[in-house]
Amino acid sequence: MSSITVTPSRRGFSFGEYLTCLNGIVWREALRFLHQRERFVSALVRPLVWLFIFAAGFRQVLGISIIPPYETYILYEVYIAPGLMAMIQLFNGMQSSLSMVYDREMGNMRTLLVSPLPRGYLLFCKLLAGTAVSLLQVYAFLVIAWLWDITPPPIDYLTVLPALVLSGLMLGALGMLISSGIKQLENFAGVMNFVIFPMFFASSALYPLWRVQEGSPMLYYVCQFNPFTHAVELIRFALYGQINWISLGVVAGCTAVFMIGAILAYDPSRGLARRGPAGGET
Amino acid sequence: MLRRCLLSGTVLWLTAAAPASAFMAYVSNEKGNTVSVIDTDSWTVTKTIKVGQRPRGIEFSRDGKFVMVAVGDDDTIQVIDAKKQEVVDTLPSGPDPELFTQDAAGKIMYVANENDNTVTVIDLEKRARIGDVQVGVEPEGMTISPDGKILINTSETTNMAHFIDTSTRQIVANVLVDARPRFAEFKHDGSELWVSSEIGGTVSIVDPVKHVVTGKVTFNIPGLRSEAIQPVGIGMTKDDKTAFVALGPANRIAVVDAVNHKVIKYLLVGQRVWHMAFTPDEKYLLVTNGVSNDVSVIDVAAQKVIKTIQVGELPWGVTIAPQ
Repeated sequence: MSSITVTPSRRGFSFGEYLTCLNGIVWREALRFLHQRERFVSALVRPLVWLFIFAAGFRQVLGISIIPPYETYILYEVYIAPGLMAMIQLFNGMQSSLSMVYDREMGNMRTLLVSPLPRGYLLFCKLLAGTAVSLLQVYAFLVIAWLWDITPPPIDYLTVLPALVLSGLMLGALGMLISSGIKQLENFAGVMNFVIFPMFFASSALYPLWRVQEGSPMLYYVCQFNPFTHAVELIRFALYGQINWISLGVVAGCTAVFMIGAILAYDPSRGLARRGPAGGET
Repeated sequence: MLRRCLLSGTVLWLTAAAPASAFMAYVSNEKGNTVSVIDTDSWTVTKTIKVGQRPRGIEFSRDGKFVMVAVGDDDTIQVIDAKKQEVVDTLPSGPDPELFTQDAAGKIMYVANENDNTVTVIDLEKRARIGDVQVGVEPEGMTISPDGKILINTSETTNMAHFIDTSTRQIVANVLVDARPRFAEFKHDGSELWVSSEIGGTVSIVDPVKHVVTGKVTFNIPGLRSEAIQPVGIGMTKDDKTAFVALGPANRIAVVDAVNHKVIKYLLVGQRVWHMAFTPDEKYLLVTNGVSNDVSVIDVAAQKVIKTIQVGELPWGVTIAPQ
C-alpha cells in the first residue's frame, strides 16, 4: 500500500523543482507522441500531400515576381515549404489543445493541476512540450522536403529554429486558449472549420500576398491581420537567415496575448474553464 | 611567439575579409539599346552604357581591353573601351550582325550577318573587313574549333551547321540538324560540336571529323508543353564534363552530363533565357533572361541559382572580362 504524504503549501519552489515539473510534462508529451505513431505519420503526410500533389498543380500561382527573402526565381514547392512548416505547427497546436480537452474529460487534467507549482507555469510547460513535439515533426518534414529539392543553406536549418519555437508557442497558446472554451470533445470539429481552415487559407502560406491583393484587396487586409501569416513569414525569412521584424513583433505579441489569455481562462477562480461542467473537472 | 601568432592571425583575417576577385560582366540589352556592366563581387549593375540599336552578340577582346557588341539595326559592331566604359570605335560588319566569334589570338573576327546570308571576316588589328563567306539563310550561331582550323556557322532557316575552313574560307561540310539552329559550341578537347535547335527543341551532338550527328540531347520538363522548350545558349565547363543549356521560354537552364548527354537537372531562372557566360574561375555562370529583364547567377559547383539581378530592357548576350 502506498501512503500519500501531504506537503504543506509554501511560497517558493527551487529551480530544480521547476525543472522536474518541466521534465515530467515534456516527457509525458514526448511519450504520448512516440506511442501514437499514426499521429506522427499523419502529421507528416498532411504537408507532404500539399507538397507533392497540390504544389505540382499550382505552379503558375507564384507568377514571376522575386519577393524577399528570395533573391531569385523559385519553384512553387520552395515557396509553400515555410507555409507547410507553419501548418504542421498549427495542426500540432490544435491537436495539443484537443488533448487538453480529452485530458479534462478523462480526468488526467486533475493530475496536472494538482501540482503545487503555479498554474501559469504548468500551462507554459505544456506549451513547451507541444512546441517540442511540433519541432520534431517540422524537422522530419524538412528532411523529406530536402529530397524534393527544397534545400536552404545548411546553416539556416539552425537559424529557423528560434522562429519555429516562437511560432510553435504562439499557435500552441492559441490552441490552449481555444481549448479552454471547448466543453466537449465533439465540439472540436468546430475548431477545424472556424480556426484552422480560415487561418491557413487566409494567409501567405499558399500564395504570396501580392497575388492575393490582385485578386481581392479585402482578403489582402484579412491576411495581413492574420497572425498565422506572420508566423509563416517569420519562418520563411528565418529559413534564409533573415529576420522579418514586423512578423517577429506580431508573433511575439500574439504569443504573449494568447498565453495570458490561456492562463486566465484556465484559472478556475475566474476563467472560462470554470463555466463548463467538463467531465474531468467536475 | 605571441606577436607572430597575432601577425599571422591578422594576415588570415585580412585574407578572409578581402573580397573575392571581382569580374566585370557586360550584358547587351536588345530593346534598351544599352550595355549593363555588372560587378560580380557585389552583384550590382555599376554602369549602363548607351550603345547603338538592337545590341545582341557581345564578347570581350582576347586581351580583355575592349568589349565588342553587334548592334544589328545599325549594321555595325561597336567597340567599348573596358576602362573608359564607353563606345570608342566601330567595326565594319554586313547588315544586321547578330553573333560573332574570334580566333584564339584575337586577331580575326567572324560575324554572322542575319539579313545577308553571309559571314563577314574582320581583321581586328586593322579594324577592316577582309572577306565574306556565303552561308545558309539567316546565319546566327558562331564558334571556332579549339585548334582554330574550323569555323562553325549555323543558319536558322536552312537548319544547318556549316563547317568553314578558316584558311581557305570555304565551306567544307554542311550538317543538317533540327529546326532553327541558333547556337554552336565545341567541347574544349574538340571531340564534339554541340548545336542547339530552338524549334526542334534539341541539342545535336556532331562529330567534327566525320560531320555527322552522333546523338541528341532531349529535354522534358514536367508540366511544360514541349513547344515551350527552346534550346538556345550553351555553356561547357573547361573539363568538358558538364554543359548548361538555356531553354528560352521554358525559363529553365538544363544541366547536362556532357559525357552521356543526359539532363541532370533543370534550374529555374527568369523568363526567356537566352545566352550565358562563365566567370573566368568558373565559379559562376551568368544567364540573360530576355523577357523578365534580368540576369540570373548560377553557382556552378552547387548547380543552384543564387541570385537574379535587374538589368536593362530585353537582355540578350553576356560576356565576362578574362583574367
